[in-house]
Amino acid sequence: MTVTSNAPRRATVPQAPTRKRRVSRLRIRNTLLGLSFIAPNFIGFATLTLVPVIVMFYMSLSNWNIFGTSTFIGLDNFTRLAGDGSFRRAFFNTLYYAGLHIPLTIVVSLSLAILLNNKLRGVAFFRTAAFFPYITSIVAIALVWNLLFSPDYGPVNEILRFFGLSNPPGWLTSPDWSMPAVVIVSTWRDMGYYMVLFLAGLQTVPRELHEAARVDGANVWQRFVNVTLPCLRPTMFFVVVILTINSFKIFDLILVMTRGGPGQSTTVISQFIYRKGFEENEFGYASAAAVVLFFLCIIVTIIQFLWNKRREI
Amino acid sequence: MSETMNLVVPPSRRRIAGGQKTVRTRIGRAVLYILLIAAAAAMLTPFFWMIMSSLKDANSVFSVPVRWLPEVFVWQNYVDIWTRSDIVTWIRNTLILSVSVTLLQVITGSFAAYGFSRIRFPGRDALFLLYVATIAVPWQSYMIPQFIMLSNAGLTNTLWSIIFLQTFGAFGVFLMKQFYETIPEDLSEAGRLDGLSEYGIWWRIMVPLSVPAVASLSLLTFVNTWNDYLGPLIYLRDSSLWTMQLGLQNFVANLYDVDYGVLFAGLTISVLPIAVVFLLGQRFFVEGIATSGMKG
Repeated sequence: MTVTSNAPRRATVPQAPTRKRRVSRLRIRNTLLGLSFIAPNFIGFATLTLVPVIVMFYMSLSNWNIFGTSTFIGLDNFTRLAGDGSFRRAFFNTLYYAGLHIPLTIVVSLSLAILLNNKLRGVAFFRTAAFFPYITSIVAIALVWNLLFSPDYGPVNEILRFFGLSNPPGWLTSPDWSMPAVVIVSTWRDMGYYMVLFLAGLQTVPRELHEAARVDGANVWQRFVNVTLPCLRPTMFFVVVILTINSFKIFDLILVMTRGGPGQSTTVISQFIYRKGFEENEFGYASAAAVVLFFLCIIVTIIQFLWNKRREI
Repeated sequence: MSETMNLVVPPSRRRIAGGQKTVRTRIGRAVLYILLIAAAAAMLTPFFWMIMSSLKDANSVFSVPVRWLPEVFVWQNYVDIWTRSDIVTWIRNTLILSVSVTLLQVITGSFAAYGFSRIRFPGRDALFLLYVATIAVPWQSYMIPQFIMLSNAGLTNTLWSIIFLQTFGAFGVFLMKQFYETIPEDLSEAGRLDGLSEYGIWWRIMVPLSVPAVASLSLLTFVNTWNDYLGPLIYLRDSSLWTMQLGLQNFVANLYDVDYGVLFAGLTISVLPIAVVFLLGQRFFVEGIATSGMKG
């Protein structure tokens, strides 16, 4: 993630004024040239991302609604959020989802990457298979898994019954099991992507280190903990950051799988924003929830960043 | 390893030790393969079930016990989804969006990446940092102001809205910049000496050299746009503008008694193009993901 940048070289200040002028002219030329390259993408990026983010902050402090009238109301939206039971529920559901999804995905995708880092016949096929869920549409995934999970005649419960579970969970029909079901599906979907990231990281682990550890009598687990994991640290950092942001903003899969139900058991922050904004047209109030989501992601990313910096020394 | 063993172990014991070793690695291999096959089964079973169900008649999709293979292959499901739904419109819209977003993203992204990686000017790094910082900003948090802006511009309920929404991401610029920085500076210098302008260098030197990065960015963008659900859900109200994802979702929602065989046929059709694209370009796919941000 750390972007290596060659800082602009300071033009040495020459004595002759003509040289100075030439340098500054070159500088202006370079700036215009650079900006001309960046402009087509940047203009779009600024109008469609930066401006909306700024507007979001203003909206969260107003009572903007469908009629376009907006008055500044300070932090009223936020105090209302704090007392809103359904927002609190969404907030904790998001944390619950992230708390299950992040560790599970890391364990599964790292195990897969280590499995597939071996020189075996057919590894390419398995890598492709692992990546397949990630490139499949959410709608297809949600519909297929909904049916796989159906309590009475779904294949999942049938397999569980076959293994002797007389009373398998109701999955998406039960408030207790709906979130775990969503986590299972989202982990299944994401693991291929993070596996590829881990595979790229595993390529950078020097073989000699493993050999040296083996000669010193370290077993497989010790080698994993003391050689592989430390070498994977930059990759791990990157994966955890991306995975955390993606977990906090989870929405589309839940929308298609459960619509936030049953009850409010799978309603997350993003869905709360969507509901207030697009269904109830309370733009100001929805933006306040959006600001909470925004800061949640930014703060967690900054913490991870600092943590990573501290470990680097 | 084996050579050092040959030096240490006396000849009489050599063969035994070697034999044990191969037995152990064989067992290890077998265990690995069993694990791999189990993992692959977990990954691919839902797809297998989807494709098989698309060939069953409506009543036998949910037979108890589960039937993995259809008794009779019902190809009629594919004819039905083609005639009973607007799938042709959905495919057309999705293709228009995916192709144009991919083209625009690759062109503007690599153009900007050249400015960020090859031209020095004050404020450049700050601008790039701005791009990178937005990776941590969830789209869901600014979707409402964005929607209001685009509806004031009269772009909601047109395909343009999705094109604008998807094209200008930080990801494309980031991936291309990472790749451009691996191309030696000497090549651009040589181009300059031959009197090429910076635009000429980008077009004649950088673009031809960055085919793998362009391929991986194209694939990723195409797949993302093809599979996007939320964007179209918010912006595309008319059924004539629906994408594959919206169409299928509504197909389920609007039928009281869904013929699941037909639905699965539709789902299979929506997954197949992406599967083909992915299989053709999977080398680039994996490469692109691995290089975007892994060089930190």
